[in-house]
Amino acid sequence: MQNADREINKEKISVAEMAKQILEQGRADRLMGWKRGEFFYDNSPAVFENLSELDDFVYDLFCGSNLSKFLVKESRKDGKIAVLLKPCDRYSFNQLVKEHRIIKDNVLPVEIDCDGMLDIDKIRALGIKGIKKITVDGDQLQIDTVYGPKTCAREDVLLMKCLTCKDRVGGDRFELVKEIEAMSSVERYEFWRSELSKCIRCNACRNVCPACTCEKCVFDNDKSGIANKANTDSFEESLYHMIRAFHVAGRCTDCGECTRVCPQNIPLHLINRKIIKDLNEFYGEYQAGEDDFSKGPLTRFDLDDVEPDIVMERGGNK
Amino acid sequence: MSAQILTVKMENIGNLFKAIAADQKLYLPLEQAGQVQFLPYDPADDSQKVRLDVLNTVRSAKDLFFPQSENMVAFKKQGKKIDIIENREKVEAFTVFGVRACDARSFDILDRVFLSEPVDVSYAERRARGTVVTLACNEPEETCFCETFGIDAAKPDGDITTWIADGLLWWQANTNKGVKLTDKLLSVDAGLFVDSTGEAKALEEQQEKIREIISQLPLHGLSLEYFHKEELKTIFNSPKWQELSEACIGCGTCTFVCPTCQCYDIRDYDTGNGVQRYRCWDSCMYSDFVMMAHGNPRTSQVERFRQRFMHKLVYYPANNEGIFSCVGCGRCLAKCPSSMNIVKVAKTIGGEANV
Repeated sequence: MQNADREINKEKISVAEMAKQILEQGRADRLMGWKRGEFFYDNSPAVFENLSELDDFVYDLFCGSNLSKFLVKESRKDGKIAVLLKPCDRYSFNQLVKEHRIIKDNVLPVEIDCDGMLDIDKIRALGIKGIKKITVDGDQLQIDTVYGPKTCAREDVLLMKCLTCKDRVGGDRFELVKEIEAMSSVERYEFWRSELSKCIRCNACRNVCPACTCEKCVFDNDKSGIANKANTDSFEESLYHMIRAFHVAGRCTDCGECTRVCPQNIPLHLINRKIIKDLNEFYGEYQAGEDDFSKGPLTRFDLDDVEPDIVMERGGNK
Repeated sequence: MSAQILTVKMENIGNLFKAIAADQKLYLPLEQAGQVQFLPYDPADDSQKVRLDVLNTVRSAKDLFFPQSENMVAFKKQGKKIDIIENREKVEAFTVFGVRACDARSFDILDRVFLSEPVDVSYAERRARGTVVTLACNEPEETCFCETFGIDAAKPDGDITTWIADGLLWWQANTNKGVKLTDKLLSVDAGLFVDSTGEAKALEEQQEKIREIISQLPLHGLSLEYFHKEELKTIFNSPKWQELSEACIGCGTCTFVCPTCQCYDIRDYDTGNGVQRYRCWDSCMYSDFVMMAHGNPRTSQVERFRQRFMHKLVYYPANNEGIFSCVGCGRCLAKCPSSMNIVKVAKTIGGEANV
């Protein structure tokens, strides 16, 4: 990644220590990080204004949330704010800087390491209840629960976004997309129908999405004619999700927040990945947020760009 | 226990479901693309997966009485005339099985809103036609705090209460509606249940076990004493709302998974030659919530965030004999994208008094 003006943890001190030093040395007036929760896994994004507030600071295996989008608001306040960016979060940060949504001069980006974050929902989905404590034991997690000790493989309960981490050589992030592409149109329709009909239109995917920063979303605009809080049938939500996916096309960094926050566990990132995969095939490999200056595939024009009939050439509606 | 207690073997529970579903809709906690929801049971569909092991459905049981959206009335233009078409859904009798103690209590909270004058006809109809069969929680979660609201997960309310213990489903009718359903089931199949009245030792042991687990949960003893109307202004003006709301992304997840959130919007959908008027859940977190001619009176997220918790912990109790508008189901604890929730709010605003 090409960027200037970054704090990089050269001395390999703890993230908590870094946070402390930044505030202590006045390198920023505020610091955006994570605050310890009620349990051990429910850390919340938080702004720390002084050293005593840092008593509640935490950086552990449950800091999956991407802090970049908070800066749209925070960078418009007085003073300088430091923000902790895991490797994947830096892409969203760059993209927001590129789109002039973050006022760069008011932010001190701080790059921090990450070994992969855990997904408490995946742990619960294994039927593990009454979770009290989790200890990492190599590839295994030792889980202390109200109902006795349990174990599971760490790999099985990583956040979806961590499975194909951009920072390390990992699996093929388009694997599931390819599976869905290989389905017949009927199967594909059924797959999405079953997933999207779970949607409760809570808008968590939109509100958390770093690419969704419109001042007024078309779906919240009473005068747009398509503002809706309710679906007329159980599949109508697809329209909302498709429109959103097209709107973030070429700008989505594949940060995976949409899928992380979905209360219904809909694999929303697959819609975005399908578009990323197509854009890569049409216009060459492109990673949104790789830098904070380059033009994206849909915002530049080359004479040898593909023509619309590429759709038919690829097989069209099959 | 005084009333009659019946049992059915767990391996025969499918017969029970079939018997209930014989002449009415039966809603069960069913798996849908990996998530569990109260959905209509279809005896003919073998692919349906009943999940009595899952504590909280993602959407609460309130859906069955107060659905996310419903038609109210339609208007159709005929020349210079406007026809008014009543097209509210006709509510048939139904039963919901597997409601947990927290969700069962949420109906009382909703009743106080929707069944007060002016009575909400759609809600009242569904309440009148719906029979609620509850299920005790054998394995409460760390996010559970129903006990704070005087709810006993070992003895849920409902028209009928059931327990799973010793390989049996224990069945006890509490209300006339519950007795009616039980009698009907027995009239169809006299051998469906075994009368276990007076032989409920296994059941009592299970209840003790549940209460013992609850006493060990991390939120055991959570007190909301500080939240009463005399403190309304102090709570409202607390400087803590600012930092608490910082993490809030303004989505509606907490409101939509909440069994007691009751706000709705009424909208007109342009059908081309008329209007379909419908109502749908609304969220105080949204920018167009209580939109008026001049805009939303709560212009910032901190005000919207505060509203939700003031309503649950102060305003509703002030109007309802001190009853909180929360049942401690823990859904918001599990689902908030930023892990901000009512427990954190109660502990932060209530300060020392609530730890």
